[in-house]
Amino acid sequence: MSIMIESEKCTACGRCREVCPGNLLYPDSLGKTVIRYPKDCWGCTSCLKECSFNAIRYFLGADIGGRGSTLHVKKEGNLMHWIIKNPRGEEKIIIIDKSKANAY
Amino acid sequence: MKLQTKKLKTDILIIGGGTAGCFAAITIGENSDLKVIIAEKANIKRSGCLAAGVNALNAYIVKGQTPESYLEYVKKDSEDLIREDLVYSISKRLNSVTQKIENLGLVIQKDEKGEYVSRGNRNIKINGENIKPILAEAVEKNKNIKVLNYVNIIDYIKKDEKIIGAYGFSNREKVFYVILAKAVICATGGAAGLYRPNNPGFSRHKMWYCPFNTGAGYAMGIRAGAEMTTFEMRFIALRCKDTIAPTGTIAQGVGAPQVNGYGEEYQEKYGSNKTSMRLFSTVEENKEGRGPCFLKTSGISKKEEEELLKAYLNMAPAQTLKWIETNSLPSFSDVEIEGTEPYITGGHTGSGYWVDTKRATTLKGLYAAGDVAGGAPQKYVTGCFAEAEIAALSALEYIKDKKEEEIDDGEVEKKQKQVESFLGDKSGIYGIEEIEEAMQKVMDQYAGGICDGYSYNLKKLQIAKLKIDELLELSKGLKAKDMHELMLIFEVIDRLFVCKVLIRHLEERKETRWRAFQENKDYPEKDDENFLKFINSRYENGEIKVVFRNLVKRDDIYEHYD
Repeated sequence: MSIMIESEKCTACGRCREVCPGNLLYPDSLGKTVIRYPKDCWGCTSCLKECSFNAIRYFLGADIGGRGSTLHVKKEGNLMHWIIKNPRGEEKIIIIDKSKANAY
Repeated sequence: MKLQTKKLKTDILIIGGGTAGCFAAITIGENSDLKVIIAEKANIKRSGCLAAGVNALNAYIVKGQTPESYLEYVKKDSEDLIREDLVYSISKRLNSVTQKIENLGLVIQKDEKGEYVSRGNRNIKINGENIKPILAEAVEKNKNIKVLNYVNIIDYIKKDEKIIGAYGFSNREKVFYVILAKAVICATGGAAGLYRPNNPGFSRHKMWYCPFNTGAGYAMGIRAGAEMTTFEMRFIALRCKDTIAPTGTIAQGVGAPQVNGYGEEYQEKYGSNKTSMRLFSTVEENKEGRGPCFLKTSGISKKEEEELLKAYLNMAPAQTLKWIETNSLPSFSDVEIEGTEPYITGGHTGSGYWVDTKRATTLKGLYAAGDVAGGAPQKYVTGCFAEAEIAALSALEYIKDKKEEEIDDGEVEKKQKQVESFLGDKSGIYGIEEIEEAMQKVMDQYAGGICDGYSYNLKKLQIAKLKIDELLELSKGLKAKDMHELMLIFEVIDRLFVCKVLIRHLEERKETRWRAFQENKDYPEKDDENFLKFINSRYENGEIKVVFRNLVKRDDIYEHYD
């Protein structure tokens, strides 16, 4: 369970570093975010939700069934577009309206 | 390395800015003009148990139910060992705090008559992905509340048998904090990471409880001599395998029964559907060679499946990702389930500070709320709000005639030196991770972890006791290269203290009250005659002293008397 950060997309805004509940994210020499303790990620996705540049992707460790897909989220008003991308580049998008309750 | 000293003064210090801490601060803000400091080791916007969100409010008095019926449910589910005064005072506030969080912006589903839509007998449907940002926003609107993010509190300041503040340090800057207050509310949450987790490798933090809740509040209370209760009632969650995502959403949402590897529904065979029995039955089925166990979801409609995928994205995104990436969607693949490692958390079971009806701990000036407070299982999110409200109002009452306290500089210097002694480049043979791994292995193998099907006996506990003491000794030699590592050192030491007290509680309960949660193989039966009592403990002069306390009835007002 962890995240990967695409350095070329990271703008060094630092917002993700502010919210990580485990204080796991730190700036590198250019001020871009790196995850200092990948094994300590809880998988809460708080950092993904802060990133406006889709620089952070979330993935499952191979030890818990990960097969190389990643998850990221794009926000658009009340809508959250969750995008799951598999290793072949195919995407599945699930849109959630934050103004509506879960059905379950 | 020398740290800069920052001394702050406030009326009320709240330790921990999670569910209970934020709600306590909001309550104080609504009822006074007093100054509040929240000290939080991460950032209140996403810290604590609710970082990812929450899928439903699981403690609400729905139509046809009453605070009394909620109390009866909790009592039955916890094998009668609850503080009725605490649970009842929470139950009576569940609906008003729900109204309050809705007013702050939480989306709660309503029917055409404007009433909340229930999910079962005690639950209502919400969109709780942003519950933490909502709470943080409400806190930050109040100018009397100062939030100290990234400040890790390590110990209380005690003067004349009263708690007058706390020590801490920044996990980002070289700063040592001394915070003085007329009253302190502890809301640090419970303890994860005591036992070896389900996924001990790369995904070691893919766990049910927040891995950053390391029992700090328990540990600082233990060290200050506070009375603690019911640590032996551990919480072990029944979860989706690997992702450790909730099962309730599937079980209640689409009505999926638990089935074993042969497709048989096994729950009824065990005669009870209590929380601990749903887990115990699953452990037993595996032990008897009928595993693996599943939630039978195959056959649900595509519409139901779609709603499940969405619901999990709002609280445990790993599950949705796993369903999709492994092409094992719930409409055609049953969802495998397993028990987690044991946690100590007063929001689900009864572990925590022994408090009076007003939520005062046995240490004067110190109040407790949420997962860190004991005696009241099944609080969940709204119960933590309710308890925070009670603790906040009690603290306000307490400080009415209290003056600002002062602390001797020599005292501060001594504590700061102790903290600084952990800073340095020269590490010993063992690192923080090794101590943590060793602790988790000891607890797993000798104190009823996953490897023993959660059961223990007194012989094994004696070994656990010795080994935890050895690790506490070893932890004194740990060194931190920076402030983050310093926090990790204090976290592992806190967990060792919690383990020490937990082992003693397991030892003292010479019966088996809650299957799997507390399974004493030397005493496999429930013994109401001798053990329908609270096991409480205090740490005094390096020894854990145990006292037994009687039940407290619903309408009693419990006060500390010795």
